[in-house]
Amino acid sequence: MNETATVMEREDFIAGLGLPPHCILSEDSELRPYECDGLSAYQQVPWLVLLPETVQQVQSILGYCHQRKVAVVARGAGTGLSGGALPLANGVLLSLARFNSILDIDLDNRLARVQPGVRNLAISQAVAQHGLYYAPDPSSQIACSIGGNVAENAGGVHCLKYGLTVHNIAQVKVVCMDGELLNIGSHALDSAGYDLLALMTGSEGLLGVIVEVTVRLLPVPETAQVLLAAFDSVETAGHAVAGIISAGILPAGLEMMDSLAIRAAEDFVHAGYPHDAAAILLCELDGTQAEVETRISEVQELLTDMGARDLRLAHDDQERQKFWAGRKAAFPAVGRISPDYYCMDGTIPRKHLGKVLSTISQWSSEYNLPVANVFHAGDGNLHPLILYDANKPGELERTEEFGGRILELCIEVGGTITGEHGVGMEKINQMCVQFNENELQQFHAIKKAFDPHGLLNPGKAIPTLARCAEFGRMHVHGGELPFPELERF
Amino acid sequence: MQRDLTDSMRERIASASAGKTPVSICGGNSKNFYGHPCEGETIDVSQHSGVLEYEPSELVIHARAGTALADIENLLSQHRQMLAFEPPHFSSTGTLGGAVASGLAGPGRPFAGSVRDSVLGVGLINGRGDSLNFGGRVMKNVAGYDVSRLMAGALGTLGLLTDVSLKVLPKPASEYTLRQACPQQDAILRFAQWMAKPLPLSAACWFDGHLYLRLSGTETAVRQAQHQLGDTLMEQASGWWTAIRDQQHGFFQRQAALWRLSVPPATPPLAISGEWLIDWAGGQRWLSSDESAASIRRMTASVGGHATLFRNGDPSTDIFHPLPAPLFKLHRRLKQALDPNGILNPGRMYKGL
Repeated sequence: MNETATVMEREDFIAGLGLPPHCILSEDSELRPYECDGLSAYQQVPWLVLLPETVQQVQSILGYCHQRKVAVVARGAGTGLSGGALPLANGVLLSLARFNSILDIDLDNRLARVQPGVRNLAISQAVAQHGLYYAPDPSSQIACSIGGNVAENAGGVHCLKYGLTVHNIAQVKVVCMDGELLNIGSHALDSAGYDLLALMTGSEGLLGVIVEVTVRLLPVPETAQVLLAAFDSVETAGHAVAGIISAGILPAGLEMMDSLAIRAAEDFVHAGYPHDAAAILLCELDGTQAEVETRISEVQELLTDMGARDLRLAHDDQERQKFWAGRKAAFPAVGRISPDYYCMDGTIPRKHLGKVLSTISQWSSEYNLPVANVFHAGDGNLHPLILYDANKPGELERTEEFGGRILELCIEVGGTITGEHGVGMEKINQMCVQFNENELQQFHAIKKAFDPHGLLNPGKAIPTLARCAEFGRMHVHGGELPFPELERF
Repeated sequence: MQRDLTDSMRERIASASAGKTPVSICGGNSKNFYGHPCEGETIDVSQHSGVLEYEPSELVIHARAGTALADIENLLSQHRQMLAFEPPHFSSTGTLGGAVASGLAGPGRPFAGSVRDSVLGVGLINGRGDSLNFGGRVMKNVAGYDVSRLMAGALGTLGLLTDVSLKVLPKPASEYTLRQACPQQDAILRFAQWMAKPLPLSAACWFDGHLYLRLSGTETAVRQAQHQLGDTLMEQASGWWTAIRDQQHGFFQRQAALWRLSVPPATPPLAISGEWLIDWAGGQRWLSSDESAASIRRMTASVGGHATLFRNGDPSTDIFHPLPAPLFKLHRRLKQALDPNGILNPGRMYKGL
């Protein structure tokens, strides 16, 4: 089907679908809410939205689209930050929102079998009474759905110790573009054949549509404690991070903020951060009471030795939440002090932190654009926020160029253009910097093995060889994210 | 020893691809018993060796695939670090590439993760003779399809691994193993109960009327857990787990076919005649048995598991659990995407891959 898909073609298409009317949205007013996901810079009203209620309906929709050569974009909660669920003007937007049931909780094997539209946090809430939880905690966890988490291989602040989505799921049921239903993975610890579960996780809806997920559950740690340490330079803070890891300690969370981010957060939520610090570290340790007690005193000693000038231990859960509140509010806090900001998601080997941050700071002066840095220090995932004003002529272009250089720098030091937000639409062009032609061709060959006609989420995640031009970014205007109530960290 | 043989290996694969002649990829040859024998001229990867990057504070090691596993573990050990998946050593010659390609993990697997859970990135040569890099040397990386983790357990049928980056873990400060007399059925129940509690467990196994439990962590945490569990301390603890991991224990020396059953861990004991050794807190069950492959596979599949004929099998029997037809079709397409002429270790895993 080409760009001239008309209302008549749509009606003809709907007639052949065999779906009940309440599963079909085709009026402009119904379609508009689906025009973007969490990245509102990219918008496109979909041709048609389908809201199936059964796996069989998903199978017949995909089989029908396959036959009619109509492209399909799957959508979960629509909270993604890279435009992965951006609709097509001439394709179907397949919402999995009605797949919102927890199907089974297997306490003996510590597994939860859920539909893809179930919210991340709802899983942990459902099993909390049994002392269990689902570990990956993307910042949007109150709203984002597990199907989307699998499609994006979502992370969170506890990745260093507990891993990403790929490390915490056992099985997915996937409908292929031809309508075939596949079980990938198992309820055992591995399965026969290739590790398709790993391949499917993070494939951004290009290989199949996830219709069921079995996640692994972990026992809730007996206790968790958090330390707040202030430093006179980001380099010293960076060395302290390396010192903690080298000492054989694996924190549950290890987060860093620089001075601009600290001041913005402190002025916003009054977390008790030292206003004059060049950098702060938040170090959370969890485990048994005995383990955490030993480790906390080790980390306290270590941080003092490594130049922390202010060291505070949260004495109760309330204070712990307060320490975290500043970090979790960092994005909106920066949104308060600048008309617009632009968020990057590169990951770097931690040892290059000093070099990367000082280069960013130098460029920041050159471009005359302030940068606030928040950093998942434990796993090297850096979120520089470039502050700019889109209403000033030329400032957006300078910001884009600056952002592009930061991503190139991440690749140059051995890192990646995206640690957790995904490529989607946003970073499609930067993929050409990170991967060479042969590697991109290999990706396309893999795609073809699953979806020979390229109908699943076309144009996202993997660029065509013809398309290697400019860098993309996440735009936030007036501090407003599409989901302002969600934490973003 | 540091040697980069990427170019020569790439040329050999490119010419094998052009001539559609199969090649057999070999590291330290320590797992030649595993999988079906495959034809083709051998490409020896063991000389392609050397650690390329290791920074203990990054928790990442990057090395050429032919690097001896023992060398890597020794190096990590000097910095009090380890490979989380505790790869088995079936001889002293095992390589890093072989450990990743076989996807086999030791007793710590249910607690610290599988081989692929540790993989951060790989360099590989595909069946066309292209040298490619996927993943990277950082913990979080979601750019592109996760081809690197797909390589774990693919037995070299999708690409020749040239180098691998792995996440490593700090070694626990202290470790204790407990042993207690217990029937198999009760052991499986107790494993499930303990796994649901925040205990510092790092291995759980059952053999010959006894359960074995490994506790790892800080000294005080391990002591406390030990008191909590109230069991008796077992002597020479570390030797036990190494013998199980490397299959040096007497159980693995039997003549009968050795099966590896991977099942949901809490599955009650399976009614298949033979001798059992239960590892992975119930998830990996070794079975020495003369029962027919068909009946073992039927029983295992009925509880949601799969069975691998690990050693001593009848050569005509499928080594790996047969896949459902639609899934196998996808495997073949994927094989074709990476190795269009089917020259890399053909048939080692399944006929047609």
